[in-house]
Amino acid sequence: MSDDDGAAAGGLPARVAVTAAAAGLLARLRRQHGELMFHQSGGCCDGSSPMCYPDGDFLLGDADVHLGDLELKDEPLTEPGATGETFTVPVWMSRAQFEYWSHTHLTIDVVPGRGSGFSVEAPEGVRFLIRSRLFTDDELATLTAVR
Amino acid sequence: MTVYAAPGQPGAIAEYRARYDHWIGGEYVPPANGQYFENPSPVTGQTFTEVARGTAADIERALDAAEGAATAWGKTTVTERANILNKIADRMEANLEKIAVAESWENGKPVRETLAADIPLAIDHFRYFAGAIRAQEGSISEIDEDTIAYHFHEPLGVVGQIIPWNFPILMATWKLAPALAAGNAVVLKPAEQTPASILFLLDIVGDLLPPGVLNVVNGFGVEAGKPLASSPRIRKIAFTGETTTGRLIMQYASQNIIPVTLELGGKSPNIFFSDVADQRDDYYDKALEGFTMFALNQGEVCTCPSRALIQADIYDQFLGDALERTKAVTQGNPLDTDTMIGAQASNDQLEKILSYIDIGKAEGAKVLTGGQRAELDGDLAGGYYVTPTVFEGKNSMRIFQEEIFGPVVSVTEFADFDDAMKIANDTLYGLGAGVWSRQGATAYRAGRTIEAGRVWTNCYHAYPAAAAFGGYKGSGVGRENHKMMLDHYQQTKNLLVSYSGQKLGFF
Repeated sequence: MSDDDGAAAGGLPARVAVTAAAAGLLARLRRQHGELMFHQSGGCCDGSSPMCYPDGDFLLGDADVHLGDLELKDEPLTEPGATGETFTVPVWMSRAQFEYWSHTHLTIDVVPGRGSGFSVEAPEGVRFLIRSRLFTDDELATLTAVR
Repeated sequence: MTVYAAPGQPGAIAEYRARYDHWIGGEYVPPANGQYFENPSPVTGQTFTEVARGTAADIERALDAAEGAATAWGKTTVTERANILNKIADRMEANLEKIAVAESWENGKPVRETLAADIPLAIDHFRYFAGAIRAQEGSISEIDEDTIAYHFHEPLGVVGQIIPWNFPILMATWKLAPALAAGNAVVLKPAEQTPASILFLLDIVGDLLPPGVLNVVNGFGVEAGKPLASSPRIRKIAFTGETTTGRLIMQYASQNIIPVTLELGGKSPNIFFSDVADQRDDYYDKALEGFTMFALNQGEVCTCPSRALIQADIYDQFLGDALERTKAVTQGNPLDTDTMIGAQASNDQLEKILSYIDIGKAEGAKVLTGGQRAELDGDLAGGYYVTPTVFEGKNSMRIFQEEIFGPVVSVTEFADFDDAMKIANDTLYGLGAGVWSRQGATAYRAGRTIEAGRVWTNCYHAYPAAAAFGGYKGSGVGRENHKMMLDHYQQTKNLLVSYSGQKLGFF
């Protein structure tokens, strides 16, 4: 698992990252479905899974917070249809849930499996999964200041 | 002790078909695009059947069948419908053992639970709604001597239902029994982790319903669930699952202006007051079992008592006894009647639980027992097993706030009644809770203070028909398991009738 913790724009620590495997899957899914978005779920069954939708399918509002954008590239070029262009996948979470998650950095990974819900990767026999780590005290101080 | 032979093995009492099509219009119909997906048993990780991979075209076909059947079904007498539900129950009872083994194999849960709980509860549920619809009456209001308001119950028509994988047959029954009793036709989409149990059941009872009244389309959420939930042809959608999909379903329902019922999970507190430990008697023993209920169904229950709150003065001693009880949980082949905890339902579920064990440790919670994947031998080596896990920590930690949906309980202590209520209600959810006290007044006050739809008091994880079940806060909308669910599947028709021969005098 490559945990890309690269700083977000402005030098602040990023809240979200993505593994190489998940980035590759996102590039393939984008060729099928167009631009994508994530909304982090909660609750039962497949709760706590990041749900991936065609961008705009899930209506966002004041009840949501924008955790950050995954900056990705449509590669490898050896795959059919890959263009090498850069693209962005925004990651969202409900504001209420964020209150309990804000002290952790999230990495979107992918594992074999069969999630339910309407997330677009399920037919591929894989499931996006969140891996978490605690922010360091230094990171938290900066993140808290910008909230 | 009995060990049932697995479906596909010599001596098995339950056999799955090698392939399942959609159940539409009272018969099996191949998927429009010809595709199927593999269905593995979590017991071994090996595929045991393949299932039609539905798309919008299959949903449309199921809606055609449902629309074709809805009008006639809605006009049957309540006696006819109740009789059919009772026949379904009788047929299930005659085949209980077979259905229990089949469901255990697909879901991974211990067969002792499907034999004693899942399937008997489903049978009783059909009987309950058969009785409820017979006893339901409309009402009249006498507006004045010559003016009467009559209120009739009418079915909604065609409804959509999306079922979770944790109790594939019981959760389908919770939704089907009231919908069918009320006279609706149904298009049902099972979970993709457990698509076959309901079809195994329909092979036993499917002939009892008129063709088209119940239609089952399998497939993935984005390919089959979404076209169902967003269809302008359904008059209601019911869903059990998680919050993001719940919001998406409400969003689709808002576009079609139809009602929804949602059951979205919880993070249920299980509260043990000091007097629980006043004596070492049967009640104390029952309370320890109540603590250990977090392992029921591998923790894959929306109301899993996944937060245990223990009063400080009995904390060490009660928790010590509870750990002993937890360590005595027997894990193994779900088809062995001695097995108390089986396999998690899918690989991604296993991975998610392990990721939560990681974050729990990272946040400084202490693993008191368990905390890892259970490696079983032989055929079970490829299955998805987790050792029952007890964490000790604080309510602000993520393992106290998120539904892990695994056999993991997070334990903390509280000082007094007010502290217990504060911790219990410090959650986004409000589906279930447990309260344990020998003092009726303490238990009553706690039950009324906790913001949750179901407060088990000196018991846990009982799901009898006639006890309303549903959530406060982020846990959803609606109450299942009770006759009030009929209202969620019915329209109210009001005839406002004047028997007066005199004009009003306005014009």
